This record gives sequence, C-alpha cells and structure tokens, in this order.
Amino acid sequence: MAAKVIVLTSGKGGVGKTTSAAAVASGLALRGHRTVVIDFDVGLRNLDLIMGCERRVVFDFINVINGDAKLNQALIKDKRNDNLYIFPTSQTRDKEALKRDGVERVLDELKASFDYIVCDSPAGIEHGAITALYFADTAIIVTNPEVSSVRDSDRIIGILASKSRRAENNQEPVEIHLLLTRYSPERVEKGEMLAIEDVKEILSIPLLGVVPESESVLRASNTGTPVVFDDGSPAGQAYLDAVARLLGEPRELRFLRPERRSFFRNLFGRA
Amino acid sequence: MRLLDLLFPERRNTAAVARDRLKIVLAHERASRAAPDFLPALQKELLEVVGRYVEIRDDMLRVNLARSGETSLLEINVELDGAVIKPVGNGSGGGRTRPAPPIVVAKPDPGSDPPWVKPG
Repeated sequence: MAAKVIVLTSGKGGVGKTTSAAAVASGLALRGHRTVVIDFDVGLRNLDLIMGCERRVVFDFINVINGDAKLNQALIKDKRNDNLYIFPTSQTRDKEALKRDGVERVLDELKASFDYIVCDSPAGIEHGAITALYFADTAIIVTNPEVSSVRDSDRIIGILASKSRRAENNQEPVEIHLLLTRYSPERVEKGEMLAIEDVKEILSIPLLGVVPESESVLRASNTGTPVVFDDGSPAGQAYLDAVARLLGEPRELRFLRPERRSFFRNLFGRA
Repeated sequence: MRLLDLLFPERRNTAAVARDRLKIVLAHERASRAAPDFLPALQKELLEVVGRYVEIRDDMLRVNLARSGETSLLEINVELDGAVIKPVGNGSGGGRTRPAPPIVVAKPDPGSDPPWVKPG
C-alpha cells in the first residue's frame, strides 16, 4: 500500500485539531498500521504534550528539513504502541522555516517506512496551514457545531480545492471528510446547537465521525494520553469509529442520544 | 394564555438562526471566492478614473463577474444618480464657481435591461 498523507485542518483554532490528530493517529496505530503524526504548528508546539512525549523531544521537524538532524533522530517512538511515532515541530519563531521543498523531501522519506502520515495543521490560513494541507491525500476537517467554525471550515475546503498539490497538478482531488467535535446532543435537542444534519448540509462533505463533548478529552490532555487509549470514554470510542470508517469499514454513529443524568448523579456531580 | 407564556417562555431555536445565517453568508462567500483576484484592484482603479470627472462614492461603482456555462461576463455598474460633474482638470477649470449641474439619469425601464443586469 502506498503511504497516505492525512491532514487534520479547520481554519479556526481551538476546535480540537491536535486532540483529533493524536486520536486518529493512535487509532490507526491500534489497528496495526505504521503511523507517524507530525506537528506542523511551528512556534506553538503542542502535539508533544498531547501525546505525552514532551520530555523526549531532542530534534524536530525544522532540524530535519535543514539537515541538522536525521529523520530517525527526530522521530519519537510511542511508549504505548509500537506502530506509532511522533514527529515534533520546532519552537522557532521563524514560521517560514517550513520550506515546501524541504517538507516534501521529509514526507517522501517518511512514506518509505509508514502507512499513514498524519499531519496536525496549525490554525489559520497562513504559511504553516497551507504547507500542511498542500501535500494531503486525505483531509479531515475538524469542525465544531458553531457558526464561526463552520464558516472557517468552508473556507478551508475551498483552499483544499484550489491550493493543494493535487489541485495544482490536476490530480484526483483531496478526499475530504468532516469530523464534528465537541458535539452536545443535549444542546442540539434544546435547539441551542447546530445538528449534524445542518453542518453536513451546509458544508456538503461526507461525515467521518461525531465526537461528543466529553470530560475525558481534558483528562486525556492532562495526562498526555490520546483519548482513544481511554477505554471507557465515549469520545475515544467515537474516534475509534471514525478511524474504522477512514479504513472503509461501515460503523453506525453512536453517543448521539442526550444523556439522562439521574438526580443523584447530578447531586454528586460525577460522570 | 398570557400567564402560560410567562410561566413557560417559548425558547427561541437559536440553532435554526445559526443555520440560516450560515447558509446566507456562505452562499455569498462561495460566489466571491470563485471571482478572479483582480476584481478589487480593477474596482479601485475604475473609481479613481471615474472620480476624476464625477464626484462618486465607493459604493456607487460595482464590479461583478458572472459566469454561465461557457460565457463569462464582466459587469461594471456605475451609479450616477445625483452625481456632480467635476470641473475638468486642464488647469483652466479653477475659475469656475457655479456648481456643475447634476447629471440627470433616466430611470431605467424595467423591461429594457439587458439580461445580465440584476434587478436592484
């Protein structure tokens, strides 16, 4: 199988790109695929924290692009899964350090040893975000059911259709998926939040998954453990379902019914 | 009935409002996204040129590109209703004191518009 480049992008910040990149990459690794997850957010490195390997970063993406380090010196092997590697970015303030030809060279080298290359894009539509989506075969648009996030997602979808390498070379277009995160069935039921159907209809791209708003996501980031490793977490299960769909396996949507909290559970405030 | 309304105020479905607002703004943005990059610059330069002869506000000149099938149509609308002619800047216009008469624009006959002119 030819290695596939998957980018997680959104335009808007704070919607859960890094959480989702960590979860999707970990999910692919759990399914037995050799996977590397790359942080494209130069200057604002955070994937290392979410993956729980922040103290093991020695060399980074920019070092490898500049030829100051070899790829295998910069790749961090995950301690939970043998198929999973983390490729941290640099904390340099020079965002332009992410040169397109350098990135291409590194991606080509990674393609030789991995099945999936998961790219965590920075927010915005500046250099870093454009570089992250440029080489994508597949794009996962991380969207919250909220007006500004949906609008920015639409913008990013437009950019993918015109500025990606596939678009420039008149190749088959980038495969685009919608990942709806921070979804609250309770609020949708009350008419306070855009429903899945609304977002799907507005963006008109296929739905890869719906991740419910969940306390387990913050717990996961607190401890540096991607949420898919938390067996009891609905969000983790929803991400694993999304990964299965990405691999072409049909899965019913789950966790979309409002949770009825009992009086006593509300009283003691613990899920 | 009033009392009932007070006791159980009908909650506005804000999600529906969000959905409708998004549909409108995205329809607009998608249309302008397909437009070539030079349109704003063209509009600015046209405003400068027209503005040399007629006093014109930014919102009185609109540039639009419409596509239908194989045909592209560049539409430039200059609204001159009530616009004032400026003295021609040839160096001798300085002595003019009387304001130029407003240009009288015939109200368009609704039936006579060419097909590409959008109403309004």
